[in-house]
Amino acid sequence: MKSMLEVRDLSKIFGAFEAVKNLSFTVNEGDIYGFLGQNGAGKSTTIRMLLKLIKPTSGEIYFSGKKIEIGDNTILRETGAIIERPDLYKYLSAYDNLQLFAKMSGVTVTRTLIMNQLEMVGLADRYNSKAKTFSQGMKQRLGIAIALVHQPKLIILDEPTNGLDPQGIADMRNLILRLSKEMGKTVIVSSHLLSEIELIANRMIIINKGKKIVEGNVAELLDPANTLVEINTTNNEEALAKLQNTQWASSIANTKKGLRLQMNRKDVPQLVSTLASMQVNILSVEPRHSLEDYFLSLTNNDTHVEPFTN
Amino acid sequence: MWSLLQIELYKIAKKPRTYIAFASIAVIVFIFHGAFKADGASYLDMMLQNTGDTFSIDRNKVINGNFMCYIILNTLLVQVPILVALVAGDSISGEANMGTLRLLLTKPISRNRIIGVKFIASIIYTIGLLLFMAVLALFLSRFIFGVEDQLVFRVHGDASEILQITKDDITWRYVCAFGYATIALTVIAALALLLSVFAENSIGPIIATVCIVIICTIISNMNVPIIDKTIKPFLFTSYLVGWKGFFYIATDEFNVPIKGSMENWPAVRNSLFILFAHIGIFFGAAAFFFRRKDILS
Repeated sequence: MKSMLEVRDLSKIFGAFEAVKNLSFTVNEGDIYGFLGQNGAGKSTTIRMLLKLIKPTSGEIYFSGKKIEIGDNTILRETGAIIERPDLYKYLSAYDNLQLFAKMSGVTVTRTLIMNQLEMVGLADRYNSKAKTFSQGMKQRLGIAIALVHQPKLIILDEPTNGLDPQGIADMRNLILRLSKEMGKTVIVSSHLLSEIELIANRMIIINKGKKIVEGNVAELLDPANTLVEINTTNNEEALAKLQNTQWASSIANTKKGLRLQMNRKDVPQLVSTLASMQVNILSVEPRHSLEDYFLSLTNNDTHVEPFTN
Repeated sequence: MWSLLQIELYKIAKKPRTYIAFASIAVIVFIFHGAFKADGASYLDMMLQNTGDTFSIDRNKVINGNFMCYIILNTLLVQVPILVALVAGDSISGEANMGTLRLLLTKPISRNRIIGVKFIASIIYTIGLLLFMAVLALFLSRFIFGVEDQLVFRVHGDASEILQITKDDITWRYVCAFGYATIALTVIAALALLLSVFAENSIGPIIATVCIVIICTIISNMNVPIIDKTIKPFLFTSYLVGWKGFFYIATDEFNVPIKGSMENWPAVRNSLFILFAHIGIFFGAAAFFFRRKDILS
């Protein structure tokens, strides 16, 4: 797979604070690349360095194999982006906002082009409405239209689902998948939610405190053969005793949260049948892939609030 | 570049605050017109109180369109810097406040071009403001009060003098005065733009610009010898009213005004040089810091 974006040893220091530390990663053509980390992990700083909004303290960025030097706007010509909130000119209409940014991107603007872009994000019927009248989801979609208007190869979306309602989140997810599958775009999506990345990305990186924790294919990182299953029954002690003589015995533990089993995800129905046949009353079965725990354990620190328990 | 400038002007034109300045100028000019139409003679009596015993004039002719424009400019050009700061001070910080600055800077346009275009747009706005003022203060005044020779009242320390400029020698002076005012106000625009680079909301740079102008104006008007020699000559506020130089007509050995002349062109030229230097310094600094600015908003 051909590399579209390569970052080598990128660092950014603000005064005494090192926001990004020797970060290296590669995004290939056609990837939906998940950029995962908790709030404050350095995702936005990294994205801003890619988009030349922040000057790196050190490190190199390569776009389509070519090193990006100071004053070289190649990456900006070939990239469309939304950084955090999709802020627009509130006093201008959707049409005017899109037209204005299209002109800035060097696009020959026609009414057909603008209306097609608005159609794509479902805003054609609101083309004349001022941006200040839009919901967060509509602003986000207009932001996507602006990011796409100059037909970029790479789309960077920084926390694109922030502030969206469930329907808005689903719309955004579908839009990102369409960008990749139908339009052949390479997409970088940052998020602090693993579940969000898991649904759309094929490759991902996890960063914490500005440093890379892990990078790889989502399918490999979310190996179903290594799923953590949490089970709660009316009597966990009794259920644990009954399972001691079964194939699950070696991988079971009783914890505060219930019975925990490390197992293959496809075997979950068989486990449920076994428990039912043993007359164990099941309250819940929750498969959790190991990456989520891995992510939490890697990114956990003492600044978090302890979980509440009764 | 032209396309970018069009976009910038379009954005300025669509902002409601842009029209505050035009409305303010219109209100002030109309108040002047109304007041002078009703009781201009009293104002003239006050101005003539030192010379009235020896100087006989026709008050109806003295209060004419040219005279009105001069009086209005004397008042307005002190206030207009605030109005210029309203737009120039908002140009970068307003975008940062709305969050559009980061979107703007992810477009393939160099930061030098962006700040250059914003500065040119501020100058065009300033020119628009002065043209509007010229239409109301000069042409509308001439329409209402007629066109006659203009008297210019001038104070020299404790003494005062009255200069008379004939009506066929006045229009070019106003053209030059408005041109000079454009350059003087461009200094304010450049200063507001520079302050705008550092801020993430519009109020800060607008207020800071106004404060700097007020402080510098106070210093410019202080009569302390050490300040006269060391600070005043380099302060832009010392030259904001330099446009009056175009109305100080030269006289011959018999004290008769010489048509088409200026008393001290080198002083006006020197003022323009200082103002251009300030524009260069303020805009250069704005571009320098904007290029290096990390966009965190």
